[in-house]
Amino acid sequence: MSETRYVARAANVAARMIGGEMMIMSGRDSSLFSLNETASTLWQAADGMTPMDQIALAICREFEIDEGTALRDLQEVAEALARHGILVLSDAPVPAAEPTKASP
Amino acid sequence: MSSLMAEMGAKAMRLGIPLGAQVDLTYRCNERCVHCYLDHDDHGELTTAEVLDLLDQLADAGVFFLTLSGGEIFMRKDFFEILAHARQLLFAVKLKTNAVMIRRRQAQRIAELGVESVQISVYSHLPEVHDEITKVPGSFERTIEGARLLKSFGVKVGFATVLMKRNASDYAQVRALAKSMGIQFNVDPTITPMMDGDRTILDLNIDAAMLERVMHDPSLVDDAGEFCAPPSGPMDSEAALETLPCSAGHTACYISPYGEVYPCVQFPLASGNIRKIRFLDIWKNSPQLAQVRAIRISDLQGCSSCTHGSSCSRCPGLAFLEGNMRGPSTQDCEKSYARTGVASENLRRKNAALDRMPDAKAQLATIHWMARN
Repeated sequence: MSETRYVARAANVAARMIGGEMMIMSGRDSSLFSLNETASTLWQAADGMTPMDQIALAICREFEIDEGTALRDLQEVAEALARHGILVLSDAPVPAAEPTKASP
Repeated sequence: MSSLMAEMGAKAMRLGIPLGAQVDLTYRCNERCVHCYLDHDDHGELTTAEVLDLLDQLADAGVFFLTLSGGEIFMRKDFFEILAHARQLLFAVKLKTNAVMIRRRQAQRIAELGVESVQISVYSHLPEVHDEITKVPGSFERTIEGARLLKSFGVKVGFATVLMKRNASDYAQVRALAKSMGIQFNVDPTITPMMDGDRTILDLNIDAAMLERVMHDPSLVDDAGEFCAPPSGPMDSEAALETLPCSAGHTACYISPYGEVYPCVQFPLASGNIRKIRFLDIWKNSPQLAQVRAIRISDLQGCSSCTHGSSCSRCPGLAFLEGNMRGPSTQDCEKSYARTGVASENLRRKNAALDRMPDAKAQLATIHWMARN
């Protein structure tokens, strides 16, 4: 994955923080997911406009890991969530589509 | 239910989070269904601003699953403003509608907003039977067209068929119609009393023989053998001390078009009004909700020792409408009997009381005959 990729929240998901745990329901098939800390941070940051490498830098600072590891982890998580229709990956910035809000 | 869903429900229960809420946006309706439990006059609905604020409060309280219902939701001119706000707050939104007012534009907008599912009331595959129940000529055609449009935009749709005497034989054909359209189907064999307690519409309920046929229909349950197996006896006394009757008031609630909070749409115990008190304050501090939450299976009068204790579908709201939220719900006793052929403690007691009073039994039969005719 190129460092200039962008990630946005899919428009048809539902999400809520339940007791400190981010729960997401995919609009594609109503599957429910519980996000771990990395995935949850990615979800919060996935505004479609911030490049992945910048999100990785923020994760490096939050979890005290090196940038290469952060970017690799992020790439895996982003691709997994994109496969489930929770995130959208793009080579260009993704304009906000309704509905979207980072912190339900 | 997925294990993650069960885990989330258990966590919400532990933390006192209202995971699911049904908000009825209006009691006004464009149909006049014979079995409806609502008064359709507008007695002062929440304004648009009040509904949007309520949704903000529900999101803050942790509500994840939001059902928007009525009345008929499309009777509100601000419906899409409300729905867009709900989706911006990332609720998993389910809509309940008769779909009569859904045209191409509405179906497309519902799809764009990422609604989780839409439940549509369909009473029969025969237009004349459906229209007779809704009292609106042409409603069947419009409802089916609304469903078809939603499907064409990729929206998940389910048909819900409430069974009553008039349409008791039609559900298999409604299911076939649903299947042919790629639509889910569920059937509800219970007509419930009106919210003001009036029980006259219960006469529309299917009779015992039909209820038994429905309960034993293998196409309606995953494992009919297990579903209809003889009851396994009362719940273990230790478990009964811990077990809650249902999620109403624990992880679920209902809010009326006038802002009144209730434990459930079927449990009309007024617990506070969001026009006077913030939702979370009602949810946390309402004496009525505290009363509901205090009930354990072991407290249920006539139920805790009943042989159906482990498998009963007792609805505390129906019990409340019958006069005692800690008592039995006779309609659920009748379902247990239809499933298993074994009378519940409540039914046995009622029958024994009638046997001791042959005059009363005769009078009751006469009253029932007069009510029917």
